[in-house]
Amino acid sequence: MAGASRAMIRNYADDLRLFPTAAKRVSLVVLIALYLVIPYLINDEWASVLALAGVVAIGAIGLNLLTGYTGQPSLGMAAFIGLGAFIAGYYGGGRIADGIGYEFNVFVYLFIALVAGGVVGFVIGLPALRLRGNYLVIVTLGLVFVALYVWQKWTTFTGGNEGSPMPIKADISLGFWSIDFLKPTVLGKDLGPKQGLMYLAWGFVIVAALLVKNIVRTRPGRALQAVRDRDVAAEIVGVSLFRYKVGAFVISSAIATFAGVLYGLYLGYLTPDQTSLGLVLSIEFLAVIVVGGIGTIYGSILGAILIGALPKIIEQFVPDNWNLPVLGWPIVTNSAGATGFTKGALSTIIYALLIIVFLVFEPRGLAGIWRRIQAYFKTWPFSY
Amino acid sequence: MTKFFSLLADGLALGAVYALVALGFVVIFRATGVINFAQGGLVVFGAFLVYQAEQTWGLPFWVSALFAAVCVAAIGAAFEGLVLRRMIGQPIFAIILITIGLFLLVEPITTTIWHNPPGGIETPWGLSRVTIGDVKILQVNIATVVLGAIVMGGFFLLFQYTKVGVGMRATAVDQEAALAQGINVRRIFALSWAIAGVVAVVAGMMLAGGAGPAPGLSVSLAVIALRAFPAIILGGLDSPGGAVVGGLIIGVAEVMTKGYVPDFIPALGPEFGDIVPYLIMLVILLVRPFGLFGTPEVRRV
Repeated sequence: MAGASRAMIRNYADDLRLFPTAAKRVSLVVLIALYLVIPYLINDEWASVLALAGVVAIGAIGLNLLTGYTGQPSLGMAAFIGLGAFIAGYYGGGRIADGIGYEFNVFVYLFIALVAGGVVGFVIGLPALRLRGNYLVIVTLGLVFVALYVWQKWTTFTGGNEGSPMPIKADISLGFWSIDFLKPTVLGKDLGPKQGLMYLAWGFVIVAALLVKNIVRTRPGRALQAVRDRDVAAEIVGVSLFRYKVGAFVISSAIATFAGVLYGLYLGYLTPDQTSLGLVLSIEFLAVIVVGGIGTIYGSILGAILIGALPKIIEQFVPDNWNLPVLGWPIVTNSAGATGFTKGALSTIIYALLIIVFLVFEPRGLAGIWRRIQAYFKTWPFSY
Repeated sequence: MTKFFSLLADGLALGAVYALVALGFVVIFRATGVINFAQGGLVVFGAFLVYQAEQTWGLPFWVSALFAAVCVAAIGAAFEGLVLRRMIGQPIFAIILITIGLFLLVEPITTTIWHNPPGGIETPWGLSRVTIGDVKILQVNIATVVLGAIVMGGFFLLFQYTKVGVGMRATAVDQEAALAQGINVRRIFALSWAIAGVVAVVAGMMLAGGAGPAPGLSVSLAVIALRAFPAIILGGLDSPGGAVVGGLIIGVAEVMTKGYVPDFIPALGPEFGDIVPYLIMLVILLVRPFGLFGTPEVRRV
């Protein structure tokens, strides 16, 4: 009975297992090994790209729980990212020089962010009980603008229009073992802060992925998906709409705010304005889950790796002035007023096109493509 | 009282613009059941096309407006035909996301083509004012309200008395039944987008021409146009009359707040006016989720 037959699904308990097959367990080990090794191997530029991808992945997992599994579309990500980032500034000692705020360890204010995000999510979730689809999108759209106004006015917390720095103080010491994520030492080699942030972010990606996976594969998750598919029917079979809709908002917002803290640490400095915390940021997160695959967790991670760090990749690896080969058309320019796209414009256009192209041609996203590839090899040589 | 009346004039002009944008939303929503986030983008694009024709090519104002209206109507219809038509039957959320994608495209494309133009659109009214008693009112504000009224009037005539209008209403009620009666539903869809494009151009052109407290010609017109969302929520998603009333209320409320908040509660700052539309919307949604004039949603089990 052991061995290969363990991979078979014979009853419901088998179907629910987190890592049902040997292949899945092996790939888990490989992924964890990659997590430990990659920051050690890569240079600062790529570490910075992957650290951002990790931060985006956490936020995308949270958004996917709300939008993909519970069917509550939200444009409000930017508000929660902002909340988290300014928590990092206020409690991380960003403005301690002005006598404002605290100077806590990063793990303390990550916890504060979870609680604050959950509370705000609860408040947002209440009106969501009465609203669906179209209306919810517009309410969360309003949330982005209201939050931006609050950040600009609440100067004690955010520094107002001047913004706030977000320094990192991230050392743990357990007596026998200690690590400082600002300058981690791995196998005797000193790594930079970008690599440290990468360890931190991807560590939490693993935690968030397991947490959300566990939510969605058990009773609460089935309730959430029932709410998504038909909320009236869900209510009739005994799913409390209040509990699960608001609950999804609470958890998703808590995760998003958590990601916001790391986003703040990644940027190091944040001012509340349209370009940094506006609607576009929310849309970028939606693009990540659409491209990755709505309603899948590994899809959020795949999407974050491929396009989450797109602005950073373009900023670092595309030359400042780049003309199309052969034809010589200017594509990228860094001087205002010249012909060609600025880098910011280029990444926004790519996001927009990705959203449209994926929704039209591959609505299941990268996860759908991945599933087809798997199916092809599973049934080989009789694949169609 | 002078301040009140000049603010009222500004507010009504801005409200007329909101009403126009909101009408665009409502036309598309009634015909296709889609909330079109790209409407704000069409407003910006329309304003810049008028600028292009008038300032760069030197065409007269009204000819430029006509040119922009034709272009944006064509863009709207083309987007519907090429992209949205493939999405019929998909979840509403996916379709909204596609229009958000289109919205996202507009800002980088306009800044890439036109950068930040130094001048705005020159309207026939310029900066001249009409003086009524002590109150000086910008002529462009009056023109916006009048033009808005004409467009909306034409819109109601079209809906009420023409064959196409009846077809659009029939499609809004029941697509399949309309199809069975020989109405070309596809053409109705494309036409709705074209009409939305035309009203977006009128709104964008008047905003960029200085109506209300607008910042002139810039991509941030899109953010202003997004504030028409509260207007349609207030009026009801499927009610053209509601869009007009909602637009006017939101416009006046926004301008009044901007004008009076510095006098009474300076701590809130003038930016508070920018979020007033959203706050009004939140209150309305909690009290009457289907708006003042909208049809209550019936949820069939």
